[in-house]
Amino acid sequence: MQRPSLIAVIIGLIPFLGMCFTVPWWDRVSPMIFGLPFNLFWLMLWIVLSSVCMALAHRVEQSRRKKGPTTP
Amino acid sequence: MTPAVVAMSIIFVIVLAGTLIGLRAGKGREMNLEEWSIAGRSFGLLFMWLLMAGEIYTTFAFLGASGWAYSRGGPALYIMAYITLGYVVSFYILPYIWELGQRHGLQTQSDFFERRYGSRFLPLLVSLVGVLFVIPYLQIQLTGLGIIVQVASFDQIPRTVSMLIAVCVVAMFVYFGGMRSVAWVSVLKDLLMIVAALSIGIFVPWHYFGGVSPMFHALAAAHPTHLVMPGATKTMGHGWFISTVVLSACGFYMWPHTFGAAFTARNGDILRRNAIVTPLYTLSLVFILITGFAAVLIVPGLPNGDMSLLVLARKTFPAWFLGVIGGAGALTAMVPAAIILLTASTLFAKNVFRPVFAAQMSEDSVARLAKVMVLVLALTSFWLALHSSTTLVALLLLGYAGVTQFFPGVVLGLFWGRVTSAGVIAGLLVGLALASFLMFSHRDPFFGLNAGFVALVLNFVVTIGVSFSTRPQVNPLPLPAEERP
Repeated sequence: MQRPSLIAVIIGLIPFLGMCFTVPWWDRVSPMIFGLPFNLFWLMLWIVLSSVCMALAHRVEQSRRKKGPTTP
Repeated sequence: MTPAVVAMSIIFVIVLAGTLIGLRAGKGREMNLEEWSIAGRSFGLLFMWLLMAGEIYTTFAFLGASGWAYSRGGPALYIMAYITLGYVVSFYILPYIWELGQRHGLQTQSDFFERRYGSRFLPLLVSLVGVLFVIPYLQIQLTGLGIIVQVASFDQIPRTVSMLIAVCVVAMFVYFGGMRSVAWVSVLKDLLMIVAALSIGIFVPWHYFGGVSPMFHALAAAHPTHLVMPGATKTMGHGWFISTVVLSACGFYMWPHTFGAAFTARNGDILRRNAIVTPLYTLSLVFILITGFAAVLIVPGLPNGDMSLLVLARKTFPAWFLGVIGGAGALTAMVPAAIILLTASTLFAKNVFRPVFAAQMSEDSVARLAKVMVLVLALTSFWLALHSSTTLVALLLLGYAGVTQFFPGVVLGLFWGRVTSAGVIAGLLVGLALASFLMFSHRDPFFGLNAGFVALVLNFVVTIGVSFSTRPQVNPLPLPAEERP
């Protein structure tokens, strides 16, 4: 298994932006969505999006392994 | 029958059922060290998921998360963020650790440090620090079990007695079972935990407020600042959130037992797919946080926030269902406690005792010594649990501040050929010293940042700085891409 590609690493940074570094912008109660405070809703949304990001990164790594150079 | 008897009997039946399932799973297999500690590297996606969920969703998630939502408010949200991001980090690390483990026969975290850095001192240091810092984690589980029995028995059974019983059950279970047993019990545990989380998280707001939305509106009206950071605290603002989430996400797989779980996989891709699927399981935590928030309005003024979920359940549900919730809680304490005991005792026997005292020891004697260590570690954490009064989350943060100091050594060891053993040792010692100093002198948070995070940054700086100023070393464990000319 080769080291992770740059694209895969960048995809991995997206959830960090969404759930962690941007906290001052989404840490608020209103507007409440589905009856949940906005910050709680935002984190739930990003749990799902993180899973999507990981699936994407997996795709990237998978296709690279197929056509990438094979080790002797 | 009194409610206490009903609830306790049901907890007893659930724990017994869990134990029997576990012990059956291990039957008929030859118990050598590799089978006992890493299930013979045989786990596929389903078992891997069970094992990892078993390790992560501990009493901490059950009682600690609701406890913090109750007593701290907004800062408790860090738990949802760090667990999810911990899986993201795992995607880029675990498959490589697995690959090296497979090629070079690694079984523990300190095997990795030993083979990668070719130092004798470093793996010893890593093992000792690892064993030391899982003790608070073990203590979390025992304290949690104590709380469960105390609340479910309507305060008739004292916490000390219930913790002692818990220690004995867990130790027996590990002694006779091994890692495969643990993964099997996780099936029952996760099922019950989801039932418990959903039923409390949905029924409680509906029963008392008519729904989740009215509950949050009432809470926001009564305590306008409780739901955002820093909540009921003065120091846990956004800087604390970011630094704690980064620290904990990096440290997620640095525990000896979570790191070791990577070796149980059948192949590296399983670990990647695990990182896709498992974050979704974090959604179940939402219901537990909701319970903690609801408890602020329904059962205010509890002396210990960690009791809030169970006290609320006791107030709301009939005794038999309190028993089901308590049983789920008991298994969420036992399964991780068993995994931690198993890993820490293997680590001590194989990577501390053997190299220092008896280099000629056979694998079988190591396995026997490891089983003795199970009892020693169980009793140590029991003793500590009796004599400490911090919250479950505080214990976890202490452990994270310690084990995350391994992160630079692992990541740079995997991906940076220039890192040297002197650099890693220096960084690790500086990081541990700073983290312990800040935490034990009550300087955490340090200028609004998590003390463990501050130590981690300095650790990285020192590791890289010292590596550049020492002679380059050959990397004995290169990744395939680097083998090509």
